[in-house]
Amino acid sequence: MDTSAALAPPPKGGRSLHRFANPGRFLRLSGRVLPWLAVVGLVLTLFGLGWGLFFAPADWQQGDAVRIMYIHVPTAWLASAGYVGLAVCSVLSLVWRHPLADLAAAEIGPVGAGATAICLATGSLWGKPMWGAWWVWDARLTSVLVLFFLYLGHIALVRAFDSPERGARAGAILALVGAVDLPVIKFSVEWWNTLHQPATITLTGSPTMYVGMLWPLLFSALGMTVGFVAIVLARTRAAVMERRIRGLLLARAQQEAGARQETGARLDVVA
Amino acid sequence: MTHLTYIMAAYAIAVVVAGWFAVDAGMRMGRARRRLAAIDPRGQRERAR
Repeated sequence: MDTSAALAPPPKGGRSLHRFANPGRFLRLSGRVLPWLAVVGLVLTLFGLGWGLFFAPADWQQGDAVRIMYIHVPTAWLASAGYVGLAVCSVLSLVWRHPLADLAAAEIGPVGAGATAICLATGSLWGKPMWGAWWVWDARLTSVLVLFFLYLGHIALVRAFDSPERGARAGAILALVGAVDLPVIKFSVEWWNTLHQPATITLTGSPTMYVGMLWPLLFSALGMTVGFVAIVLARTRAAVMERRIRGLLLARAQQEAGARQETGARLDVVA
Repeated sequence: MTHLTYIMAAYAIAVVVAGWFAVDAGMRMGRARRRLAAIDPRGQRERAR
């Protein structure tokens, strides 16, 4: 291991980030924010989904099947946004050796995989009545499936090493390499002639969706995003505490081993 | 409501998966907090005060 690199102070740009990497500070801050995030996320999600399921109009072409959109679209956004979060944590980990970034990346992975799985499953449930098929090897669907495998690969790679640091490093490299899939997902419906429809909501243009459908979609997307952040935060808090538990148990075991050695040496002297 | 089976299945999958993650995160956090409080000398000192 390169000890000089490990002992060197963090680069200038990373100092402010390291202020928030203190586990005690993170636990205090996240402990205050987490209950609010959980409640706000749950309320917004229930409100958005309830509105979409019971009060939003049905589509003139798709009928009520369009109500699957209120789950499918937010989870699709979250699948990509979660991977962006994973990539950002990977940069923080590789460049600034941010101690919390490794833990956060390891906890984003399973939650992002869950969001991607919901997106794929609900897309399939939407596709069957609309396209007549559960699955087609369309560019958008395939690139999201690749994203799901990238998440699974990250989860497996992080846990594949005896040393958590080496696992985190390998996972960070995979996450950064895999980020190339994100623009492919985004632009797949423009680059290729796909069965999947193009984006109805963009950052640059006005949405081509009836406003009575747009609002519940935005509420459920906001609620699910806040809920996603709350779950990742809760898992990261647990991971920080678990790491401290491991450290304490290791220190205790080393102390006991040292005491045993000392007692053995004394007995040898007496004998 | 048309396509009710598909809609209910989609919502059920979302509720089960998201609910499992939320409950698991809460339980894991509670377990870690209890275990840490039991072995952390700082926590023990704080409780003794």
